Amino acid sequence: MALTGLEIYKQLPKKNCGECGPPTCLAFAMSLASGKATLDSCPYVSAAARETLDSASAPPIRLIKIGTGDQEVELGDEHVMFRHDKTFYHPTAFAFLVDDNATDLPEQIRAINGLEFNRVGLNYTVEAIAVNCVSGDAAVFKTAVETVAANSPLALVLISEDPAVIAEALPVVKDRKPLINAATTGNYEQMVALAKANEAALVVKAEGLNALAELVEKVVGLGFKEILLDPGYRNTSQVLAGLTEIRRLAIKKKFRPFGYPVITFTTETGALDEVVQAGVYLSKYASMVVIQTHQKEHILPLLSWRQNLYTDPQKPITVEAKIHAVGEVNDQTPVYITTNFSLSYYSVEGEVEASKIPGYIIPVDTEGTSVLTAWAAGKFEPEKIAAVLETSGIKDLVGHREVIIPGYVAVISGKLEDKSGWKVIVGPREASGIPAFAKSRFA
Amino acid sequence: MAVTILKERYTNSVAEVVLGATPEQGGTRGFTLTVGGEKALPFLHFEGKIPFPPVIAAEVADVRPEWNQALLDTIGPDVAGNPALWAKKAVTEWQADLIYLNLTGAHPDTGDKSPAECVQVVKDVLAAVSCPLIVVGCEVAEKDELIMPAIAEATAGENLLLGVAEQENYKTLTSACMAHHHTIIARSPLDINICKQLNILIREMNQNLPIVIDPTVSGLGYGIEYTYSIMERARFGALQGDKMLAMPIIATVGYEAWRAKEANASEVDFPGWGLQEERAILWEATTAVAYLQAGADILVLRHPQAISSVRKNITQLMADNSF
Ligand code: B12
Ligand code: SF4
Repeated sequence: MALTGLEIYKQLPKKNCGECGPPTCLAFAMSLASGKATLDSCPYVSAAARETLDSASAPPIRLIKIGTGDQEVELGDEHVMFRHDKTFYHPTAFAFLVDDNATDLPEQIRAINGLEFNRVGLNYTVEAIAVNCVSGDAAVFKTAVETVAANSPLALVLISEDPAVIAEALPVVKDRKPLINAATTGNYEQMVALAKANEAALVVKAEGLNALAELVEKVVGLGFKEILLDPGYRNTSQVLAGLTEIRRLAIKKKFRPFGYPVITFTTETGALDEVVQAGVYLSKYASMVVIQTHQKEHILPLLSWRQNLYTDPQKPITVEAKIHAVGEVNDQTPVYITTNFSLSYYSVEGEVEASKIPGYIIPVDTEGTSVLTAWAAGKFEPEKIAAVLETSGIKDLVGHREVIIPGYVAVISGKLEDKSGWKVIVGPREASGIPAFAKSRFA
Repeated sequence: MAVTILKERYTNSVAEVVLGATPEQGGTRGFTLTVGGEKALPFLHFEGKIPFPPVIAAEVADVRPEWNQALLDTIGPDVAGNPALWAKKAVTEWQADLIYLNLTGAHPDTGDKSPAECVQVVKDVLAAVSCPLIVVGCEVAEKDELIMPAIAEATAGENLLLGVAEQENYKTLTSACMAHHHTIIARSPLDINICKQLNILIREMNQNLPIVIDPTVSGLGYGIEYTYSIMERARFGALQGDKMLAMPIIATVGYEAWRAKEANASEVDFPGWGLQEERAILWEATTAVAYLQAGADILVLRHPQAISSVRKNITQLMADNSF
C-alpha cells in the first residue's frame, strides 16, 4: 500500500532546508510519493521515520538475493496471485540436494553443473546446490561445502540446524552469499548472528503458520530481514495450502511476517513422483524448490514449465519478421514460411538446422501468434504471405520460386499459389518432421 | 502470534456431473464416477469442499494409432489395435478410473469405419470394462454427425460422456445426448466468452443436460501458458458466480504432450535432453500437474507411468489441509 504525499510528509523532519533537492519537506514528500525520489536524499530523517516509511513502501514480498555475479539468484518480490492478473517475475529457483558424506560428490556436482538446456531459442539453467549435513560432523560438512564451492559456480544452500556446523563452513564461502537452512526456535539467535556476520540469507523454519510468524518477528526483532520462510509442512497438500496462504496474506493483507520468499522440499523418493511433486510447488508460489534428482530428463520438463509460467501473459515472445538464413545458403536454398511467434519460429529453425540442409525461414508478422491461431484469426492469409514473398527481398536471394508452408495450413496452398505465383509445397505438420522431409526433397 | 487465515468466500460451486450409469440407473456400468462440485480453487480444502478427486481417463484408440513407438511398446503390442483388450488393461493394470475411447478409425484417411462398426467398437469396450466411458469422434464434423448419434442410440441409458460439441456444430450431439441419456463435452477454442456462449446454446436446447467443458489445452512448452491461465480464469469465474462456466473440465493431456518434440526425440539425437522414455513420461505428467492446479477434473492420459505418478499426486493432494 503506497502512502500519500501528506502521510509521508508527517514523517519528515520539517526543516525545509532543501538539501534533498526540492525546496521544502512537503515538495520532497510529493516526489517520494510519486516514486521520483528516494528517502536517502534527506540526511535528517529519523531512524523511526525511516523504518515506517520503508516498510510502507516496501514490496509485499521482499526481494532476497543469494549467490553472486552471474549466479546471483533473485527470489520473491511477487505482486499477484494469478499470472493472468499481471506477471510472475522471479522464477522459482531449483536447488539440488547433495549429501555432505556422498562418496561421489564430484560426479554429482558435475552432473548438476551440466543441467543446462537449449530449446526453442531459449537457454534454461539451474540455480543452486544444497549441501545437506547428514554426517552430523562439522569437518565433513565443511569439506563438502568447499568441494562444491570449488567445483560449481552455482549458488549455495547450507543445510544444518546446528549452528556449530554452519559456523565452520559458512566463513569459507562467505563471499558466495549462501543461504543458510535453517533458523529454528531453538537456534535462531546463533543463526541470525552467523548470517549477519557473514552477510548470508537465512531460512526461518517453524512448525505451522502461527509458530512461523512468531519466529519471523523474533528474527526481524534482531534486525535481520534476509529471510526465506519454511512453515515446516512436508506433505504435498499441506505445502500447497501453506504456500497459497502465505502468498495471500503477504499480498492481500500485507502481513509483514510472511512478506518473504518461501522454500520447499520434495519428499518423494522415486524420481518421477518427485518431479510431479515439485511441479505442484512450482505452479503455486514456491520461490525455491530443493530437489534430489538431477537427471536431465527429469529436470527439462520442470524448467520448461517454469519458463512457461513466468512469461509475460500480455505479450508473446516474438522474432523479427525478416528473412533468416540457416546454414550456407545459396540461390537454390529452400524457403520456409512460418509465423513470428518465437515458439513457432524456433521450432522450425531448430529442425532446419538439424536437417543439415540450409534454408531460408521467413516468419510472417502474425503479432506473435502460432500458425493455427494466426490462421484462425485471419493473420496468416494467402494474400499476406504472397505480399511477404513479393516484398521481403527473397526473390533476389533465390532463383527458384518454391515455398514450403506449415502442414497445419495445407488448406491455403491453392490460393497462395494463385496469389503469389510461387509453387507451394505443403510441409509436415509438426516441425520435427522437417529433417526427414527436407532430406527426401532437397538432399 | 496467531495468524488469521484468510479464506476466500465464493458464491458458487462447480456443477457435479455423474459419469456412467449402473443397471438400476438404466445402464450397465459396475459403478459411476462423479466429477466437479468444487467450492474452492484446486485442492484448497481448507477453505471449501473439494468433494471428488479429479479422475484419470486412459486414452484408447479404436485402431492401432500412430503414436510414439516406445509408448506403443509400453502399452503393449497385444492391445494396440484391440480397443477392448486395451481398455481392460488400462483399468486392471494401470488403474485408470475410466476410458477415453478415441474413434480415429472413423476418419476417412485412417479406416473410414461405418457408424455400425463404430457402434460395435463402443459395445466391445463397454463389455470389456465396468467403468464409465468417454467416446469422442474423429474430428471430421460430417463424419461425427453420422457416428455419434448412432453410438448414442445404441448405448442409450449408459450415460457416456460424448464429444465433442463445438460452437459451429453442437446440435446433433446435443440432441443425441438428450434423447439417449448421455453427457456432453463442449469444446471452445481458448476463449472464455465462446465457452460460455456454447454452454448457453446447449442449455437452450435442454436445461438439464449435464455438460463437461473442454476449454482447449496444449502441451507443456507449446502454448500451455495460455491454456493454463484460461483454465484458471474459467474456474475462478465459476466460483465467483458464473454459472455458465461452472462445469467440470476435461483436459486431453496425452494427445497434446505426446505431440511435443521433447516427448519424442531420442537421446541419441538430443543428448542434452536426457533419456527419452522418462522425459516423455514427465512431459505428459508435468502437463497434467499444471492443469490439475488450474482446475481440471478429468485428465486424459496415455502412458501407464504418467497415470501412476499423476494418480499418486492426486491422492496426496486430496488430503485435508486445514490449518
Ligand atoms: C495458445 C493458443 C492460443 C493463444 C495464442 C498463443 C499464440 N501466441 O499464438 C490465444 C489464447 C491468444 C489463442 C487465441 C485464439 N485461438 Co488459439 N490456440 C492456442 C493453442 C492452445 C496452442 C497454439 C500454440 O502455441 N502452439 C505451439 C506452436 C509452436 O505451434 P505452431 O505455431 O503451429 O507451430 C508448430 C507447427 O505448426 C510447426 N510449424 C510452424 N511453422 C512451420 C513452418 C513449416 C514450413 C513447417 C513445415 C512446420 C511449421 O512447428 C511447430 C511445432 O511442431 C492451439 C491449440 C493447440 N493445442 O495446439 C489453439 C488454436 C490454434 N487456436 C484456435 C483458435 C480458433 C483461436 C481463436 C481464433 C479463438 C477465438 N475466437 O478467440 C483465437 C484467435 C486470437 C486472435 N485474435 O489472435 C484454434 C484454431 C482452429 C483451426 N484449426 O483453425 C486452435 C487449434 C484450438 C482449437 N482446437 O480450436 N490461441
Ligand atoms: S533534506 Fe529533509 S529536512 Fe531538508 S527539506 Fe529535504 S526532507 Fe526536509
